[in-house]
Amino acid sequence: MATLFDLSVPGRRAGAQLPPAAPPPDDLPGELLRRDPPALPEVSELEVVRHYTRLSQRNHGVDTGFYPLGSCTMKYNPRGANALAMLPEFLERHPLAPEGHGQGLLACLHDLQEILAAVTGMAAVSLTPAAGAQGEFAGVRMIRAYHEARGDHQRDEMLIPDSAHGTNPASAVMGGCRAREIPTGPDGDLDLEALDAALGPRTAGIMLTNPSTLGLFERNIQAIARRVHAAGGLLYYDGANLNAILGRVRPGDMGFDVVHLNLHKTFATPHGGGGPGAGPVGVSARLEPFLPIPRVGHDGHDYHWIESADRPQSIGRLSAFAGNLGVALRAYVYARMLGDPGLARVSGHAVLNAAYLMQRLRALGYEAAYPDRRPGHEFIITLKREAHAWGVRALDVAKRLLDFGIHAPTTYFPLQVPECLLIEPTETESKAELDRFVEAMARIREEAEHDPERLRGAPWTTPLRRLDDVRAAREPDLAWRPE
Amino acid sequence: MSEIPEDLRYAESHEWLREEADGSLTLGITDHAQEQLGDLVFVELPEVGGDYAAGAECAVVESVKAASDVYCPVAGRVVAVNEALEDAPELVNQSPYGQGWILRLAPSDPTALDGLLDAAGYTRVVAAEDT
Repeated sequence: MATLFDLSVPGRRAGAQLPPAAPPPDDLPGELLRRDPPALPEVSELEVVRHYTRLSQRNHGVDTGFYPLGSCTMKYNPRGANALAMLPEFLERHPLAPEGHGQGLLACLHDLQEILAAVTGMAAVSLTPAAGAQGEFAGVRMIRAYHEARGDHQRDEMLIPDSAHGTNPASAVMGGCRAREIPTGPDGDLDLEALDAALGPRTAGIMLTNPSTLGLFERNIQAIARRVHAAGGLLYYDGANLNAILGRVRPGDMGFDVVHLNLHKTFATPHGGGGPGAGPVGVSARLEPFLPIPRVGHDGHDYHWIESADRPQSIGRLSAFAGNLGVALRAYVYARMLGDPGLARVSGHAVLNAAYLMQRLRALGYEAAYPDRRPGHEFIITLKREAHAWGVRALDVAKRLLDFGIHAPTTYFPLQVPECLLIEPTETESKAELDRFVEAMARIREEAEHDPERLRGAPWTTPLRRLDDVRAAREPDLAWRPE
Repeated sequence: MSEIPEDLRYAESHEWLREEADGSLTLGITDHAQEQLGDLVFVELPEVGGDYAAGAECAVVESVKAASDVYCPVAGRVVAVNEALEDAPELVNQSPYGQGWILRLAPSDPTALDGLLDAAGYTRVVAAEDT
């Protein structure tokens, strides 16, 4: 597809709707002013409209089709939440406006803090982390700050199961800890003997995702919590998979001390295009002094920002202002629209949809990685047998799905399952849509056996055919510049 | 079935080691490992002169699917690295036991190789993974 630069014709412009030109500022030092005009494309308004409309038509999003990308929770984003968050009273409030201006915004944020604390079983919440990874970073920093405040300076080891969310080891290291991997057993639960062997005076804590990235609920979670606490460590809950337990089980009741939530997953705010996300953190009472600022407080009358003067032990600020508040507002509306019973229905349908798909795919002959375990909101199939028998790999199945207008599931993650697809249907898909996916997978299986080239050459119907991802990684070409 | 030469020693984490005439050990990843990873796009090599404990991470291999640590199965000091891999990581895929070697190590304990798997032992490790 041509770029706007390819369409550019010197002198062509669409100035009719531009604001009247302001006089150039006269207080900028001359050496800072540019001498040549910027290399911008010169195109008509209609050309720009067509260009971006065509680009949008080549995209795949949850608005255009099924998107079972495991671990990412690509659910429908209700338009009502979007409409309310776009109210000018929210959108146009300056972040430095006084607290008296914008009590409505502060009230919504305060309510959201309370809702998130209630669904996670935590004592207090800070909304400011701008993404899941920043929430993890904040969590690790709080655990470190807690140990430091107690004089436990040597506690710098973060235990991380190999079934944890992939970002955890990086967050632990960024937060000043050393990551130590704990294996899972053949049934998908954490290896308790390996945990015992790793626990000690250097243990800062453990980072767990429950259900894990294998889509399995960690059945020994209470035993794990007892052992980690007895060793002086804290438990960190990665909220990546909260969609599976929302409104039913609370991380706080399982023994977790810190939780982060991915509002852009569980609370249905848009993501997948690079953000923005929001990764609020919740903590038990003993970690409350360390929460990142600012938070919103309520004195029974007015809402106010809680700042560093109020919480001198806080790990501090994570962004210039209060995080991605537009995302928080959408999540707030979503939670209020659903209410408590609605939030519990989310996890009920998410798990039911995953269990249904897993059984249907098994009946077609696909192999579940953990056939004896009940899946959470996502599950794994392994194409190890198909790869051996027919030379058809997980990547080929994923690419072929694109021809059916379906986004590929997550491939080759988690790492411990060979040739795997991690499938997460989410609760917002109808049975008819799930059945359509099953039909596509049935046909793909037929092709794998009788016409494997059909898979190995896929996709056939997308604007771009199979990409050379090896060459793209070896010879990255990241910027376009005019000739 | 991937190639598992008889004259090498192996670690369960899929590295191979070969004893050279001067007593140094050449290290790489096995044919099975490169097959599982797929086409490599980057190899992160250690500094020459670095000391590694047995089981420590000493390099990283990255494919379009995943990045994996390479472990140093025996303790020692890195005496050479295969700089050709910086521009041509695909050598590991094309020739895992030859041009795709990763580094050369002076072992702290000259008998350390005895504790590693032989070809038959490693064949069993790979077979167990495949079931």
